[in-house]
Amino acid sequence: MIGITSYGAYIPRYRIKVEEIARVWGDDPEHIKKGLLIYEKSVPDLDEDTATIAVEAARSAIYRRSIDPKEIGAIYVGSESHPYAVKPTATIVAEAIRATPDLTAADFEFACKAGTAAIQTCMGEVAMGAIKYGMAIGADISQSAPGDALEYTAAAGGAAYIIGKKNLITEIEDTFSFTTDTPDFWRREGESYPMHGGRFTGEPAYFKHIISATKGIMKKVGTKPSDYDYVVFHQPNGKFPLRVAKTLGFSEEQIGLGLVVPMMGNTYSGSSLIGLAAILDQAKPGSMILMTSFGSGAGSDAFSMTVTDGIEEVRDKAPTIAELLKNPRYLDYALYAKHKGKIAV
Amino acid sequence: MAVPRLWRHIPTRYNLIGTECQTCGGLYFPPRTTCPTCRRDGRIIERKFKGTGEVVTYTTIYSASAAFHRQTPYVLAIVKLDEGPLLTGQIVCDPDEAKIGMKVRPVFRKLGEDGPSGIIYYGTKFAPLTEASQ
Ligand SMILES: [Zn+2]
Repeated sequence: MIGITSYGAYIPRYRIKVEEIARVWGDDPEHIKKGLLIYEKSVPDLDEDTATIAVEAARSAIYRRSIDPKEIGAIYVGSESHPYAVKPTATIVAEAIRATPDLTAADFEFACKAGTAAIQTCMGEVAMGAIKYGMAIGADISQSAPGDALEYTAAAGGAAYIIGKKNLITEIEDTFSFTTDTPDFWRREGESYPMHGGRFTGEPAYFKHIISATKGIMKKVGTKPSDYDYVVFHQPNGKFPLRVAKTLGFSEEQIGLGLVVPMMGNTYSGSSLIGLAAILDQAKPGSMILMTSFGSGAGSDAFSMTVTDGIEEVRDKAPTIAELLKNPRYLDYALYAKHKGKIAV
Repeated sequence: MAVPRLWRHIPTRYNLIGTECQTCGGLYFPPRTTCPTCRRDGRIIERKFKGTGEVVTYTTIYSASAAFHRQTPYVLAIVKLDEGPLLTGQIVCDPDEAKIGMKVRPVFRKLGEDGPSGIIYYGTKFAPLTEASQ
Protein backbone atom coordinates (compact mmCIF):
# COMPACT_ATOMS: atom_id res chain seq x y z
CA MET A 1 0.00 0.00 0.00
CA ILE A 2 1.10 3.56 -0.77
CA GLY A 3 0.39 6.44 1.50
CA ILE A 4 1.60 9.38 3.51
CA THR A 5 4.71 8.78 5.63
CA SER A 6 5.00 12.25 7.10
CA TYR A 7 3.78 15.81 6.69
CA GLY A 8 4.77 19.31 7.70
CA ALA A 9 3.25 22.74 7.30
CA TYR A 10 4.27 26.35 7.56
CA ILE A 11 2.23 29.52 7.99
CA PRO A 12 3.90 32.95 8.25
CA ARG A 13 3.42 34.70 11.54
CA TYR A 14 1.96 37.95 10.24
CA ARG A 15 -1.78 38.50 9.75
CA ILE A 16 -4.10 41.21 8.57
CA LYS A 17 -7.74 41.37 9.60
CA VAL A 18 -10.65 41.80 7.23
CA GLU A 19 -11.58 45.00 9.14
CA GLU A 20 -8.25 46.61 8.26
CA ILE A 21 -8.50 45.89 4.52
CA ALA A 22 -12.17 46.97 4.50
CA ARG A 23 -11.25 50.23 6.26
CA VAL A 24 -8.89 51.19 3.44
CA TRP A 25 -11.29 50.38 0.62
CA GLY A 26 -14.48 51.61 2.30
CA ASP A 27 -16.08 48.14 2.36
CA ASP A 28 -18.37 46.85 5.09
CA PRO A 29 -16.27 44.32 7.07
CA GLU A 30 -19.31 42.48 8.46
CA HIS A 31 -20.61 41.96 4.95
CA ILE A 32 -17.23 40.59 3.80
CA LYS A 33 -16.84 38.31 6.85
CA LYS A 34 -20.32 36.93 6.41
CA GLY A 35 -20.03 36.64 2.65
CA LEU A 36 -16.62 34.96 2.54
CA LEU A 37 -16.52 33.39 6.01
CA ILE A 38 -13.05 34.75 6.52
CA TYR A 39 -11.74 36.85 9.42
CA GLU A 40 -8.03 37.28 8.86
CA LYS A 41 -5.30 36.06 6.54
CA SER A 42 -1.60 35.26 6.77
CA VAL A 43 0.98 37.62 5.28
CA PRO A 44 4.58 36.66 4.51
CA ASP A 45 7.46 38.41 6.25
CA LEU A 46 9.59 40.70 4.07
CA ASP A 47 12.15 37.94 3.55
CA GLU A 48 9.72 35.08 2.96
CA ASP A 49 8.67 33.71 -0.40
CA THR A 50 7.39 30.43 -1.82
CA ALA A 51 10.85 28.84 -1.58
CA THR A 52 11.35 29.70 2.10
CA ILE A 53 7.82 28.53 2.94
CA ALA A 54 8.39 25.28 1.02
CA VAL A 55 11.68 24.71 2.87
CA GLU A 56 10.13 25.26 6.31
CA ALA A 57 7.27 22.85 5.50
CA ALA A 58 9.72 20.28 4.07
CA ARG A 59 11.99 20.47 7.13
CA SER A 60 8.99 20.00 9.38
CA ALA A 61 7.95 16.86 7.46
CA ILE A 62 11.49 15.43 7.66
CA TYR A 63 11.74 16.26 11.36
CA ARG A 64 8.35 14.75 12.21
CA ARG A 65 9.44 11.28 11.01
CA SER A 66 13.24 11.60 11.44
CA ILE A 67 13.58 10.54 7.81
CA ASP A 68 17.04 10.40 6.25
CA PRO A 69 16.71 13.05 3.51
CA LYS A 70 19.00 10.99 1.27
CA GLU A 71 16.16 8.44 1.02
CA ILE A 72 13.95 10.99 -0.72
CA GLY A 73 14.20 10.25 -4.44
CA ALA A 74 11.94 13.00 -5.77
CA ILE A 75 10.91 16.50 -4.71
CA TYR A 76 8.13 18.35 -6.52
CA VAL A 77 7.02 21.83 -5.54
CA GLY A 78 3.59 22.97 -6.70
CA SER A 79 2.98 26.73 -6.69
CA GLU A 80 1.74 29.61 -8.77
CA SER A 81 4.24 31.98 -7.14
CA HIS A 82 7.62 30.33 -7.73
CA PRO A 83 10.29 33.00 -7.03
CA TYR A 84 11.98 32.50 -10.39
CA ALA A 85 10.30 32.27 -13.81
CA VAL A 86 13.17 29.98 -14.82
CA LYS A 87 15.11 28.17 -12.05
CA PRO A 88 13.32 25.57 -9.95
CA THR A 89 12.16 26.07 -6.40
CA ALA A 90 12.51 22.30 -5.91
CA THR A 91 16.32 22.42 -6.11
CA ILE A 92 16.42 25.03 -3.35
CA VAL A 93 14.29 22.76 -1.17
CA ALA A 94 16.40 19.70 -2.05
CA GLU A 95 19.60 21.48 -1.00
CA ALA A 96 18.04 22.97 2.14
CA ILE A 97 16.94 19.55 3.42
CA ARG A 98 20.22 17.92 2.28
CA ALA A 99 18.54 15.51 -0.14
CA THR A 100 20.96 16.34 -3.00
CA PRO A 101 22.35 15.14 -5.34
CA ASP A 102 20.88 11.68 -6.00
CA LEU A 103 17.26 12.61 -6.65
CA THR A 104 14.95 14.09 -9.25
CA ALA A 105 13.22 17.43 -8.73
CA ALA A 106 10.83 19.70 -10.57
CA ASP A 107 8.36 22.52 -10.09
CA PHE A 108 4.70 21.94 -10.82
CA GLU A 109 2.15 24.51 -11.92
CA PHE A 110 -1.61 24.07 -12.01
CA ALA A 111 -3.02 27.05 -10.11
CA CYS A 112 -4.06 25.83 -6.64
CA LYS A 113 -3.88 22.10 -7.32
CA ALA A 114 -0.20 21.80 -8.26
CA GLY A 115 0.61 20.31 -4.85
CA THR A 116 -1.89 17.47 -5.15
CA ALA A 117 -0.68 16.77 -8.71
CA ALA A 118 2.78 16.44 -7.12
CA ILE A 119 1.40 13.86 -4.64
CA GLN A 120 0.00 11.82 -7.55
CA THR A 121 3.37 11.89 -9.32
CA CYS A 122 5.14 10.72 -6.14
CA MET A 123 2.57 7.92 -5.77
CA GLY A 124 3.37 6.71 -9.28
CA GLU A 125 7.13 6.69 -8.75
CA VAL A 126 6.83 4.98 -5.38
CA ALA A 127 4.46 2.40 -6.91
CA MET A 128 6.87 1.50 -9.70
CA GLY A 129 9.69 1.18 -7.20
CA ALA A 130 11.82 3.93 -8.71
CA ILE A 131 12.04 5.79 -5.40
CA LYS A 132 11.62 4.94 -1.73
CA TYR A 133 10.12 8.27 -0.72
CA GLY A 134 8.85 11.23 -2.71
CA MET A 135 8.14 14.69 -1.35
CA ALA A 136 5.24 16.74 -2.67
CA ILE A 137 4.87 20.36 -1.61
CA GLY A 138 2.16 22.93 -2.19
CA ALA A 139 3.21 26.47 -1.24
CA ASP A 140 2.26 29.97 -2.28
CA ILE A 141 2.49 33.62 -1.46
CA SER A 142 -0.60 34.55 -3.39
CA GLN A 143 -0.83 37.96 -5.00
CA SER A 144 -3.87 40.14 -5.43
CA ALA A 145 -4.27 43.57 -6.95
CA PRO A 146 -4.93 46.30 -4.34
CA GLY A 147 -8.69 46.79 -4.03
CA ASP A 148 -9.53 43.49 -5.76
CA ALA A 149 -11.97 41.21 -3.92
CA LEU A 150 -9.17 38.61 -3.76
CA GLU A 151 -7.27 40.89 -1.41
CA TYR A 152 -9.42 39.67 1.49
CA THR A 153 -8.37 36.07 0.96
CA ALA A 154 -4.98 35.83 -0.84
CA ALA A 155 -2.66 34.46 1.86
CA ALA A 156 0.68 32.70 2.31
CA GLY A 157 1.55 29.21 3.52
CA GLY A 158 2.39 25.70 2.49
CA ALA A 159 2.53 22.04 3.36
CA ALA A 160 4.84 19.16 2.48
CA TYR A 161 3.93 15.49 2.25
CA ILE A 162 6.30 12.54 2.12
CA ILE A 163 4.83 9.69 0.10
CA GLY A 164 6.08 6.13 0.48
CA LYS A 165 5.24 2.49 1.15
CA LYS A 166 6.78 2.22 4.62
CA ASN A 167 6.09 3.92 7.96
CA LEU A 168 2.70 5.14 6.80
CA ILE A 169 0.40 7.46 8.73
CA THR A 170 -2.33 7.14 6.09
CA GLU A 171 -2.89 4.57 3.39
CA ILE A 172 -4.14 6.13 0.16
CA GLU A 173 -6.78 3.85 -1.33
CA ASP A 174 -6.85 5.65 -4.65
CA THR A 175 -6.88 8.99 -6.44
CA PHE A 176 -9.16 10.36 -9.15
CA SER A 177 -8.95 13.57 -11.18
CA PHE A 178 -11.34 15.67 -13.23
CA THR A 179 -9.84 18.12 -15.73
CA THR A 180 -11.23 20.49 -18.39
CA ASP A 181 -10.05 23.64 -20.19
CA THR A 182 -11.94 26.31 -18.24
CA PRO A 183 -10.59 29.91 -18.21
CA ASP A 184 -11.85 30.96 -14.75
CA PHE A 185 -8.63 32.51 -13.42
CA TRP A 186 -5.29 33.29 -15.06
CA ARG A 187 -2.14 35.34 -14.97
CA ARG A 188 -0.11 36.11 -18.08
CA GLU A 189 3.71 35.88 -18.02
CA GLY A 190 5.24 39.05 -16.57
CA GLU A 191 2.02 40.34 -15.02
CA SER A 192 2.07 40.95 -11.25
CA TYR A 193 -1.54 40.12 -10.47
CA PRO A 194 -3.98 37.49 -11.70
CA MET A 195 -7.23 38.10 -13.52
CA HIS A 196 -10.41 36.20 -12.85
CA GLY A 197 -13.71 35.61 -14.55
CA GLY A 198 -15.76 37.10 -11.70
CA ARG A 199 -18.80 34.96 -10.98
CA PHE A 200 -17.57 32.48 -13.58
CA THR A 201 -15.10 31.19 -10.92
CA GLY A 202 -17.95 29.48 -9.06
CA GLU A 203 -20.34 27.12 -10.81
CA PRO A 204 -18.53 25.89 -13.97
CA ALA A 205 -15.11 25.95 -12.32
CA TYR A 206 -14.85 25.29 -8.56
CA PHE A 207 -18.15 23.47 -8.00
CA LYS A 208 -18.26 21.40 -11.18
CA HIS A 209 -14.69 20.13 -10.86
CA ILE A 210 -14.73 19.39 -7.13
CA ILE A 211 -18.12 17.67 -7.32
CA SER A 212 -17.08 15.56 -10.33
CA ALA A 213 -13.72 14.51 -8.83
CA THR A 214 -15.25 13.74 -5.42
CA LYS A 215 -18.05 11.66 -6.93
CA GLY A 216 -15.44 10.00 -9.16
CA ILE A 217 -13.18 8.89 -6.30
CA MET A 218 -16.12 7.55 -4.26
CA LYS A 219 -17.34 5.57 -7.26
CA LYS A 220 -13.81 4.27 -7.93
CA VAL A 221 -13.19 3.02 -4.38
CA GLY A 222 -16.83 2.13 -3.65
CA THR A 223 -17.50 4.56 -0.80
CA LYS A 224 -20.24 7.02 0.10
CA PRO A 225 -20.05 10.35 1.99
CA SER A 226 -21.05 8.78 5.32
CA ASP A 227 -18.04 6.41 5.17
CA TYR A 228 -15.70 9.34 5.76
CA ASP A 229 -14.85 10.85 9.14
CA TYR A 230 -13.31 13.95 7.57
CA VAL A 231 -13.48 15.70 4.24
CA VAL A 232 -11.35 18.59 3.00
CA PHE A 233 -11.76 20.67 -0.14
CA HIS A 234 -9.83 23.53 -1.69
CA GLN A 235 -10.69 26.65 0.33
CA PRO A 236 -10.71 29.89 -1.69
CA ASN A 237 -12.96 31.24 1.09
CA GLY A 238 -15.04 29.66 3.84
CA LYS A 239 -18.33 29.61 1.95
CA PHE A 240 -17.42 27.57 -1.17
CA PRO A 241 -16.18 24.43 0.64
CA LEU A 242 -19.22 24.45 2.97
CA ARG A 243 -21.54 24.69 0.00
CA VAL A 244 -19.79 22.00 -2.01
CA ALA A 245 -19.83 19.72 1.06
CA LYS A 246 -23.55 20.21 1.48
CA THR A 247 -24.21 19.56 -2.21
CA LEU A 248 -22.23 16.31 -2.03
CA GLY A 249 -23.95 15.16 1.16
CA PHE A 250 -21.21 15.78 3.72
CA SER A 251 -22.04 17.29 7.10
CA GLU A 252 -20.50 20.37 8.74
CA GLU A 253 -19.00 17.98 11.26
CA GLN A 254 -17.09 16.13 8.55
CA ILE A 255 -15.72 19.33 7.00
CA GLY A 256 -15.14 21.33 10.21
CA LEU A 257 -11.70 20.09 11.29
CA GLY A 258 -10.03 20.72 7.95
CA LEU A 259 -11.64 24.11 7.29
CA VAL A 260 -8.66 26.33 8.05
CA VAL A 261 -9.41 29.28 5.75
CA PRO A 262 -11.37 31.54 8.19
CA MET A 263 -8.27 32.28 10.33
CA MET A 264 -5.54 32.18 7.67
CA GLY A 265 -7.00 32.90 4.24
CA ASN A 266 -6.52 31.07 0.96
CA THR A 267 -3.01 29.70 0.65
CA TYR A 268 -3.65 28.58 -2.95
CA SER A 269 -1.44 25.52 -3.57
CA GLY A 270 -1.20 25.10 0.20
CA SER A 271 -4.94 25.30 0.82
CA SER A 272 -6.32 21.75 0.75
CA LEU A 273 -2.94 20.40 1.93
CA ILE A 274 -2.91 22.59 5.06
CA GLY A 275 -6.53 21.54 5.66
CA LEU A 276 -5.45 17.90 5.46
CA ALA A 277 -2.59 18.62 7.90
CA ALA A 278 -5.09 20.10 10.38
CA ILE A 279 -7.06 16.84 10.13
CA LEU A 280 -3.97 14.64 10.56
CA ASP A 281 -3.05 16.70 13.64
CA GLN A 282 -6.09 15.20 15.37
CA ALA A 283 -7.46 12.18 13.46
CA LYS A 284 -7.53 8.79 15.19
CA PRO A 285 -6.25 5.57 13.59
CA GLY A 286 -8.90 4.05 11.33
CA SER A 287 -10.45 7.40 10.38
CA MET A 288 -11.25 7.79 6.70
CA ILE A 289 -10.40 11.08 4.98
CA LEU A 290 -11.44 12.40 1.59
CA MET A 291 -9.49 15.31 0.08
CA THR A 292 -10.31 17.11 -3.15
CA SER A 293 -8.21 19.99 -4.43
CA PHE A 294 -9.14 22.51 -7.10
CA GLY A 295 -6.92 24.39 -9.51
CA SER A 296 -8.23 27.04 -11.85
CA GLY A 297 -7.85 26.36 -15.49
CA ALA A 298 -9.32 23.88 -14.34
CA GLY A 299 -9.04 20.58 -12.49
CA SER A 300 -9.54 18.70 -9.26
CA ASP A 301 -7.59 15.82 -7.71
CA ALA A 302 -9.45 13.66 -5.18
CA PHE A 303 -7.89 11.22 -2.71
CA SER A 304 -9.44 8.62 -0.45
CA MET A 305 -7.28 7.63 2.52
CA THR A 306 -7.39 5.86 5.87
CA VAL A 307 -5.37 6.89 8.93
CA THR A 308 -3.06 4.15 10.29
CA ASP A 309 -1.73 3.47 13.80
CA GLY A 310 1.48 5.20 12.68
CA ILE A 311 -0.16 8.59 13.22
CA GLU A 312 0.36 8.29 16.98
CA GLU A 313 4.15 8.01 16.52
CA VAL A 314 4.46 11.30 14.65
CA ARG A 315 1.60 13.47 15.79
CA ASP A 316 3.40 15.66 18.31
CA LYS A 317 6.83 15.64 16.66
CA ALA A 318 6.40 18.85 14.65
CA PRO A 319 4.28 22.01 14.95
CA THR A 320 0.56 21.49 14.38
CA ILE A 321 -1.61 23.88 12.36
CA ALA A 322 -3.14 25.15 15.62
CA GLU A 323 0.36 25.87 16.96
CA LEU A 324 1.39 27.60 13.73
CA LEU A 325 -1.66 29.86 14.02
CA LYS A 326 -0.81 30.86 17.61
CA ASN A 327 0.72 34.24 18.55
CA PRO A 328 0.11 36.11 15.31
CA ARG A 329 1.45 39.62 14.75
CA TYR A 330 -1.15 41.88 13.19
CA LEU A 331 -0.25 44.38 10.49
CA ASP A 332 -1.99 47.57 9.49
CA TYR A 333 -2.64 48.09 5.77
CA ALA A 334 0.47 50.25 5.25
CA LEU A 335 2.80 47.61 6.71
CA TYR A 336 0.85 44.92 4.88
CA ALA A 337 1.43 46.73 1.59
CA LYS A 338 5.14 46.88 2.39
CA HIS A 339 5.20 43.14 3.17
CA LYS A 340 3.43 42.30 -0.05
CA GLY A 341 5.62 44.57 -2.16
CA LYS A 342 2.59 46.58 -3.24
CA ILE A 343 4.48 49.82 -2.71
CA ALA A 344 7.98 50.56 -3.93
CA VAL A 345 10.22 51.67 -1.05
CA MET B 1 28.10 38.90 -5.11
CA ALA B 2 29.52 36.83 -7.97
CA VAL B 3 27.39 33.77 -8.75
CA PRO B 4 30.24 31.19 -8.28
CA ARG B 5 31.00 32.56 -4.81
CA LEU B 6 27.32 32.48 -3.89
CA TRP B 7 27.09 28.90 -5.09
CA ARG B 8 30.08 27.79 -2.98
CA HIS B 9 28.44 29.31 0.09
CA ILE B 10 25.13 27.42 -0.30
CA PRO B 11 25.87 24.53 2.13
CA THR B 12 27.18 26.97 4.74
CA ARG B 13 24.24 29.33 4.41
CA TYR B 14 21.40 26.84 4.01
CA ASN B 15 22.41 24.27 6.60
CA LEU B 16 25.11 25.86 8.77
CA ILE B 17 27.76 23.44 7.55
CA GLY B 18 31.00 24.36 9.29
CA THR B 19 34.07 22.33 10.17
CA GLU B 20 35.49 20.38 13.08
CA CYS B 21 39.13 19.61 13.88
CA GLN B 22 39.32 15.94 14.81
CA THR B 23 42.70 16.45 16.43
CA CYS B 24 41.67 19.00 19.08
CA GLY B 25 37.88 18.97 18.78
CA GLY B 26 37.75 22.62 17.73
CA LEU B 27 34.49 23.64 16.03
CA TYR B 28 34.47 26.31 13.34
CA PHE B 29 31.71 28.33 11.80
CA PRO B 30 32.13 29.70 9.20
CA PRO B 31 34.14 26.66 8.07
CA ARG B 32 37.95 26.80 8.19
CA THR B 33 40.23 24.72 6.06
CA THR B 34 42.99 24.65 8.69
CA CYS B 35 42.83 24.47 12.48
CA PRO B 36 44.36 27.60 14.06
CA THR B 37 45.39 25.54 17.14
CA CYS B 38 46.82 22.40 15.54
CA ARG B 39 47.91 23.97 12.26
CA ARG B 40 49.55 21.22 10.17
CA ASP B 41 48.45 18.46 12.59
CA GLY B 42 44.78 19.40 12.39
CA ARG B 43 42.41 16.95 10.69
CA ILE B 44 39.47 18.97 9.41
CA ILE B 45 36.08 17.39 8.67
CA GLU B 46 32.66 18.80 7.77
CA ARG B 47 30.32 19.51 10.66
CA LYS B 48 26.65 20.49 10.60
CA PHE B 49 25.55 22.81 13.38
CA LYS B 50 22.02 22.43 14.72
CA GLY B 51 21.36 26.15 14.55
CA THR B 52 19.89 26.47 18.00
CA GLY B 53 21.63 28.91 20.29
CA GLU B 54 21.41 32.03 22.40
CA VAL B 55 21.56 35.75 21.68
CA VAL B 56 24.82 37.14 23.15
CA THR B 57 24.12 40.71 22.10
CA TYR B 58 22.04 42.47 19.49
CA THR B 59 21.36 45.77 17.84
CA THR B 60 18.38 47.13 15.97
CA ILE B 61 19.18 48.43 12.50
CA TYR B 62 17.07 51.43 11.55
CA SER B 63 19.07 52.63 8.59
CA ALA B 64 20.59 50.21 6.14
CA SER B 65 22.11 50.10 2.68
CA ALA B 66 19.77 50.14 -0.32
CA ALA B 67 19.59 46.33 -0.45
CA PHE B 68 18.33 46.04 3.14
CA HIS B 69 16.52 49.35 3.49
CA ARG B 70 13.17 47.74 2.87
CA GLN B 71 13.59 45.44 5.87
CA THR B 72 14.31 48.13 8.48
CA PRO B 73 13.92 48.08 11.37
CA TYR B 74 15.49 44.67 11.85
CA VAL B 75 17.42 42.93 14.61
CA LEU B 76 21.01 41.89 14.02
CA ALA B 77 22.55 39.69 16.72
CA ILE B 78 25.61 37.74 17.72
CA VAL B 79 24.34 34.23 18.34
CA LYS B 80 26.28 31.66 20.34
CA LEU B 81 25.41 28.29 18.83
CA ASP B 82 24.74 25.46 21.29
CA GLU B 83 27.91 23.79 20.00
CA GLY B 84 29.98 26.89 20.84
CA PRO B 85 30.84 29.00 17.77
CA LEU B 86 29.61 32.59 17.57
CA LEU B 87 28.08 34.02 14.45
CA THR B 88 26.30 37.17 13.34
CA GLY B 89 22.80 36.79 12.02
CA GLN B 90 19.44 38.44 11.71
CA ILE B 91 16.75 37.60 14.24
CA VAL B 92 13.31 37.53 12.64
CA CYS B 93 11.31 39.21 15.38
CA ASP B 94 10.07 42.67 16.18
CA PRO B 95 12.70 44.86 17.89
CA ASP B 96 10.66 44.87 21.12
CA GLU B 97 10.82 41.05 21.31
CA ALA B 98 14.61 40.77 21.18
CA LYS B 99 16.43 40.07 24.44
CA ILE B 100 19.97 39.15 25.45
CA GLY B 101 20.01 35.49 26.44
CA MET B 102 17.00 34.71 24.26
CA LYS B 103 17.02 31.16 22.86
CA VAL B 104 16.80 30.99 19.09
CA ARG B 105 16.30 28.41 16.37
CA PRO B 106 17.27 28.51 12.69
CA VAL B 107 14.83 29.58 9.97
CA PHE B 108 15.21 29.59 6.20
CA ARG B 109 14.83 33.06 4.71
CA LYS B 110 15.80 35.28 1.82
CA LEU B 111 19.10 36.97 2.66
CA GLY B 112 19.03 39.33 -0.29
CA GLU B 113 18.93 39.56 -4.04
CA ASP B 114 20.88 41.11 -6.90
CA GLY B 115 18.09 43.47 -7.88
CA PRO B 116 14.83 42.41 -9.53
CA SER B 117 16.52 40.42 -12.33
CA GLY B 118 19.46 38.91 -10.42
CA ILE B 119 20.03 35.87 -8.22
CA ILE B 120 18.11 35.53 -4.95
CA TYR B 121 20.25 34.55 -1.95
CA TYR B 122 18.69 32.23 0.60
CA GLY B 123 20.06 31.10 3.92
CA THR B 124 19.78 30.90 7.67
CA LYS B 125 18.40 33.52 9.99
CA PHE B 126 17.18 32.98 13.56
CA ALA B 127 13.78 33.11 15.23
CA PRO B 128 12.83 33.13 18.92
CA LEU B 129 12.55 29.55 20.15
CA THR B 130 8.96 29.08 21.28
CA GLU B 131 7.24 26.04 22.70
CA ALA B 132 5.52 25.22 19.40
CA SER B 133 8.78 25.23 17.50
CA GLN B 134 10.76 22.91 19.78
ZN1 LIG C 1 42.72 21.40 16.01
